[in-house]
Amino acid sequence: MQKEDLLLKVQDIFRDVLDDEEIVLSETSTAEDVEGWDSLTHIQLIVAIEKKFKIKFTSKEILSWKNVGELIDCLASKLA
Amino acid sequence: MRTFQQLKRLLKQPDPDYPRVRLALLGDSATQFLATAIQGEALARGICLELFEGEYNQVERQVLDPTSDLHRFGADYLVVFQSSHKLLEKYSLMEAEQRTALCDERLEFVRTLCGSFPGKIIYYNYPEIGDGVFGSYQNRVEVSFIYQVRKLNLGLMTLSQECPNLFICDLSELQAKLGRDFCFDSSVYVSTEMLLSLDALPYVASRTLDIVCAIRGSFKKCLILDLDNTLWGGVVGDDGWENIQIGHGLGIGKAFSEFQQWVRKLKDRGIIICVCSKNDDDKAREPFEKNPEMVLRLDDIAVFIANWENKVDNIRTIRQILNIGFDSMVFLDDNPFERNIVREGIPEICVPELPEDPGDYLEYLYGLNLFETASYSSADKDRTKQYQVEARRTSSALSFSNEADFLRSLEMVSEVRGFNAFNIPRVAQLSQRSNQFNLRTVRYTEDEVRRLGEDPSYACFSFTLSDKFGDNGLICVVILEKRDAGTLFIDTWLMSCRVLKRGMEAFTLNTLVEYAREHGFRHLVGEYLPTAKNAMVAEHYPRLGFTPDPEAPERLFTLDVDTFTPLDCFIVSK
Repeated sequence: MQKEDLLLKVQDIFRDVLDDEEIVLSETSTAEDVEGWDSLTHIQLIVAIEKKFKIKFTSKEILSWKNVGELIDCLASKLA
Repeated sequence: MRTFQQLKRLLKQPDPDYPRVRLALLGDSATQFLATAIQGEALARGICLELFEGEYNQVERQVLDPTSDLHRFGADYLVVFQSSHKLLEKYSLMEAEQRTALCDERLEFVRTLCGSFPGKIIYYNYPEIGDGVFGSYQNRVEVSFIYQVRKLNLGLMTLSQECPNLFICDLSELQAKLGRDFCFDSSVYVSTEMLLSLDALPYVASRTLDIVCAIRGSFKKCLILDLDNTLWGGVVGDDGWENIQIGHGLGIGKAFSEFQQWVRKLKDRGIIICVCSKNDDDKAREPFEKNPEMVLRLDDIAVFIANWENKVDNIRTIRQILNIGFDSMVFLDDNPFERNIVREGIPEICVPELPEDPGDYLEYLYGLNLFETASYSSADKDRTKQYQVEARRTSSALSFSNEADFLRSLEMVSEVRGFNAFNIPRVAQLSQRSNQFNLRTVRYTEDEVRRLGEDPSYACFSFTLSDKFGDNGLICVVILEKRDAGTLFIDTWLMSCRVLKRGMEAFTLNTLVEYAREHGFRHLVGEYLPTAKNAMVAEHYPRLGFTPDPEAPERLFTLDVDTFTPLDCFIVSK
């Protein structure tokens, strides 16, 4: 799956979990750019992504990402 | 079951006009998600929680310090989630020789908790975590973690029998059903310090609210059953009573036998069992009367309706006979079409979506926890008989041309007593259960009932009622508060709806006035506090001759004891 497709799918998950249809993500988006994305909703987002793609992130991975791009890279590597 | 996300969304809606309940939540791990799930689940059940959330890992301090935020908040309910995970950490840090004291130490804390918090405590018991240190040999080693955890869970059960305000929420059973890997998610734990997975949260919240609702008097009292392919396999009208699938011989009969055993245990616990089936009445009864493999007998069924009318009307008839709310009924039917008709016709009734395979019925029903309760007394098991007697009484009433003749013919006798060791459990139970004939709907636990009974500033009455058809047991409770030298305030007046229209209200008032006169009180003051369910007693006091208080004419009512003339009734005192 192309990274652009993944970004759109992840964006849908963000919109659903954070209840905000206007969220637009880019690879450089960080928690500071997205309203409602805090340490608590972060884990909800992760669990929702894991469910959607039927993969599991390690705790280390979850703590390591600096922006959405790194999350997508990690996700893509698991789907490869 | 709603998802965590759905529960969270419920909180975003504007505050609905629901009854408010003050609830505090304390945990030894982070509890933000649990708090959200509990609040959402409460809203889904029509309760608005005012929530106090203690800071993470301050359980002991909040409880033991009388000036803490918890005690200042004054909660009705305190939910305490001390986790197996943190208990295991504590255990692991102890010196090896002290580990056998783990259970006792924790139990001692819970005992202290029960003594220092005045409201109801909902305490989560401990799901098992096998740490693999001893293997199965841990069962023989007192110092093993599992040994301590199982001992602790047993200790909590014993403690809850001693402490009336302690209600155990069975997280251990829930985890056994859902699985530990389902309930715990290491990435959630590592990043948030929370010990319940997002998928487990709605289940835990639901089990917690089951207890809150049961204590508040909202719980299931009646189970209505379809027959063909619900209670036995096959269609009795086609197959005949001897060929239905039941018992260990035929087809999947054993699934139905075990299902019937479950129903029978519910009946023994006091759940009213009724039948509602599309069948010829005589054919529907035959398996109960003739098939030796049947676990349930006609004696177990309070109301038996088999005809070709629609089930909505039949369930309405059952409701009329039993005189309980639709929301306290559960209807089980294998046919999705019938289920939907009943759901549409009677939205309040609970209609579980039974699985297609009868072999799955029980595991599915166990998971729903439909029959939570906040009290149990051995008298509960006689309830079926009382309703069967009531059905006979109803048909007898039809043969009298006027009500007075009928009432006279019943030869009613009431025994009036204070509160004593024998009747306190029943008084508490009636206080928890009565919704309709309940003037102020103040709920009392056994412990509170005992204290009221001993308090000289209160006068307490319990009434039984029996007649020539049978004994109804304890059916009415009145608690009078001695407000001042001349006034008795009616703190509680509640009655079982089984004895409506017998003149019991008149007999009760005559008794109260007699007491007032003997003790020099000149006024009885009654109060009506409306709830969603007690509209039937809105006019209770005016009907009995009380005068509305000019300040609050719909709420407060006064009776002048001196000018009162005893009301007619056909009940004599024992």
